[in-house]
Amino acid sequence: MRIRVRFSKTGKIRFSSHRDMARCWERALRRADLPVAITEGFSPRPKMHFGLALSTGHESLGEYLDIDLTEPEGSDLDLGALPERLTPFLPPGVDVETVSIIERSELSLQEAVTVCTWLIEIPGVSPEELESNVQTMLDATTLPVTRERKGKEVSDDIRPGIISLRVVGATPSDAPERGALLEAELATQPRSVRPSELLAAFDPPRNEGRVCRTHQWIITDGARREPIPAHATSRAPAEVGAR
Amino acid sequence: MTDVWPQLEPLLAKVAKPARYIGLEDGARTPHHAADKVAWLLSYPDTYEIGLPNQGLQILYEILNENPHAVAERAYAPWTDLEGLLRDRNIPLFSLDSHRPAGLFDLIGFNLSAELTYTNLLNMVDLAGVPVRSADRRPEHPLIVAGGHCTYNPEPIADFLDLVVLGDGEEVITEINEVVRDWKKSGRTDGSRENVLRELSHIVGVYVPSMYDVTYEGANLVAVTPRYPDVPERVEKRTVADLAEFPYPKTQLVPITEVVHDRLNVEVFRGCTRGCRFCQAGMITRPVRERPAEQVRTMVEEGLRRTGYDEVALTSLSTADFSGIEKLVGDIVQSTDDGPPVSVSLPSLRVDAFGVGIATQIQRARRTGLTFAPEAGTWRMRQVINKLIREEDLYSAVEAAYSNGWRRMKLYFLTGLPTETDEDTLGIAELARNCVQLGKAHTKSPSVTVSVGGFVPKPFTPFQWFGQNTVEELRRKINLLRDDTRKSHGVQVKWHDPKATLVEGIMSRGDRRIGAVIEEVWRQGGTFQEWNERFDLDLWTSAMAAHGLDPEWFAYRHRTEDEVLPWDHLSAGLHKDFLWQDWRDALAEVGLPDCRWTPCYDCGACTGYSIEHIVASATPPAGGSQGTGQDLGSSVPVTLLGRAPVGTVS
Repeated sequence: MRIRVRFSKTGKIRFSSHRDMARCWERALRRADLPVAITEGFSPRPKMHFGLALSTGHESLGEYLDIDLTEPEGSDLDLGALPERLTPFLPPGVDVETVSIIERSELSLQEAVTVCTWLIEIPGVSPEELESNVQTMLDATTLPVTRERKGKEVSDDIRPGIISLRVVGATPSDAPERGALLEAELATQPRSVRPSELLAAFDPPRNEGRVCRTHQWIITDGARREPIPAHATSRAPAEVGAR
Repeated sequence: MTDVWPQLEPLLAKVAKPARYIGLEDGARTPHHAADKVAWLLSYPDTYEIGLPNQGLQILYEILNENPHAVAERAYAPWTDLEGLLRDRNIPLFSLDSHRPAGLFDLIGFNLSAELTYTNLLNMVDLAGVPVRSADRRPEHPLIVAGGHCTYNPEPIADFLDLVVLGDGEEVITEINEVVRDWKKSGRTDGSRENVLRELSHIVGVYVPSMYDVTYEGANLVAVTPRYPDVPERVEKRTVADLAEFPYPKTQLVPITEVVHDRLNVEVFRGCTRGCRFCQAGMITRPVRERPAEQVRTMVEEGLRRTGYDEVALTSLSTADFSGIEKLVGDIVQSTDDGPPVSVSLPSLRVDAFGVGIATQIQRARRTGLTFAPEAGTWRMRQVINKLIREEDLYSAVEAAYSNGWRRMKLYFLTGLPTETDEDTLGIAELARNCVQLGKAHTKSPSVTVSVGGFVPKPFTPFQWFGQNTVEELRRKINLLRDDTRKSHGVQVKWHDPKATLVEGIMSRGDRRIGAVIEEVWRQGGTFQEWNERFDLDLWTSAMAAHGLDPEWFAYRHRTEDEVLPWDHLSAGLHKDFLWQDWRDALAEVGLPDCRWTPCYDCGACTGYSIEHIVASATPPAGGSQGTGQDLGSSVPVTLLGRAPVGTVS
């Protein structure tokens, strides 16, 4: 059977890379002694399928991972107990929140997720000032950005990838610098818009403080849902950045 | 301020590989500092990726944290990007476990395994907010202590270290802790630093450089003598008699981010008496002390379960010499048969002990890289260095490997060895070509990587009197090899920079005058000199010139029998006349057998300290010629101690 795991990544551990996390997961699955399916071949690996990579330094309340198990559906493996079984074997700050079974026919996380919600701390700007910046952004019809790709400058329009922007308020009191808190919904397809690109497109460009991915969304027939159905509770945005 | 994390956090978004500064490893302890505990900052003067796996530091980390009167944390050298940011903002060096400023610790302990990291040591001490020269430190500053193989000649860094530990640290660390604890209790009053250092110098294995006067006559060192009658004239190394009493690390650190040797490591024995004359490790860690096989099995089993690693390395200076190695590897592979696949790697394999038996055992799990170290290209050269393996031994090992599915292997060689001729150098190419040829029977494109290092003579070895090859000579020999293998398909040659070899040589056998050079290079920004992209010979040669010191005199000059060597007031147990005789034997191309299986020739390492080999088998491992050309005398009894099975005494 294939299971989908939702976990958070907050605090110091956010400075680990996507690759680091993959290796941590491999070790955790072995330590938890889960019946994980193994790839065939010269260098056997556990069958794990990660979702969209989270940049080193960003936190997340909604990370996902699919794992193939050798146990069939309906076996006596206690899925409800899995979060508590896995979390102690993962680094501090990585907490498994919920696990559910998914169909093998389901699209992979990287294909299925089309929008992410981000909470972005922007130092050195008041919520009011940011509010007017945001309005300018949303009023624009195009937002060209240039980036280097294979040694060439490529120009791209990120405006279609900005689904929504909302100033939530001032940064929490424990933030390193005073500033404003922005909630952004950014598309991952056809071209993924990164929080740093969004901030670079502001006039004037804004610096990136702490960044947290709060949700990932799958949109089917206009309806959005999270990769694990709703009964799984997520933490309120107010807790973002809480250490 | 006892936690720099709030200041550090915003900087980590700006540096490469920030995960190396966050800690959080499985196995890391939560430190509980207290007035009646001595606080140690165990440090490695290189990046986290290189330093974290260091087993010596991990062992001491556990032993100290088990001690109710001690607390230990860890630190590594911040890379240049973070260092710049730290200096700009006046943030000190910090521990990884609780991000505590380094200056708040009672001791900062360094493991020194490579000479080129010395400038990093100075940099870390400076980043800690501590004066780099011990003479400038006050009672409120931490004691700066170093251990590890480089400290067998600590003279080049003597002015920067408050104390130096020789040999195994497992026992002496507790003795040091007690003395420092009394000092801490007494309030570390003005002038007390000198007293505590003098007190520490009474501990066997502890060398306090500031308690000694150094005398020169002209360019020559003539004496290093204690300044007080109660300070020992000669400092002896420490040796743990029985490894079985120290099953450490019990909870090996599992890093979040990738490091070198990223796997479970279990030390199966310490010490090596194969007697390779270039090898400092083999000389200074005598005698051989095997860990009981049962304990190894337990440590492997529990370690794999606890860490989740899928690879275990059985470490030692020559793992194939472990008594019953084939059975041990077989047992490990078998015990993991029903779980996920586990690979066993055996670093430091001797070719004469690598047979089909071991080859089939390791390849049952995932195949790891295979490295052999013939060290020299001809039998004559190998007799000089006492690496008594024959060409046939290498070929049968290589054949065993190819026939068990390996496609590529690495061969380690030294060049610039005493008496080396071009024929010896070219012998390296010949061996490599023959190995590729053997592989052709098994695979279409066998590949052999030849890795060549320039030889640096080390203290407490028979070659300590030898003047090393010049940069030009090493370069010529490397080019000779490259030219000769240019058309040899399947043979790749890699080499160590001869310029770095020169600097290593200066520091390996240098005296206290080199300290000023190290300080100068550090002040000029010469950190991370062990990194190719950062090494800068010009920094070193101009610093040498500025202090009126001649690199050639230190590195290229042959020493005479009566010369006072900078480490003569230290001892690894080895008699100097044994080393001199072995040096003469080397020049006469005479080999010396391995004393763990043959009668004692009294090198001094056992007799001087009333300790003995602990080996479970009285005979050399099967297979290969095991140093043909000499009578191994396998019927001579070996004294067995401790938990070794008595039944094997012949």
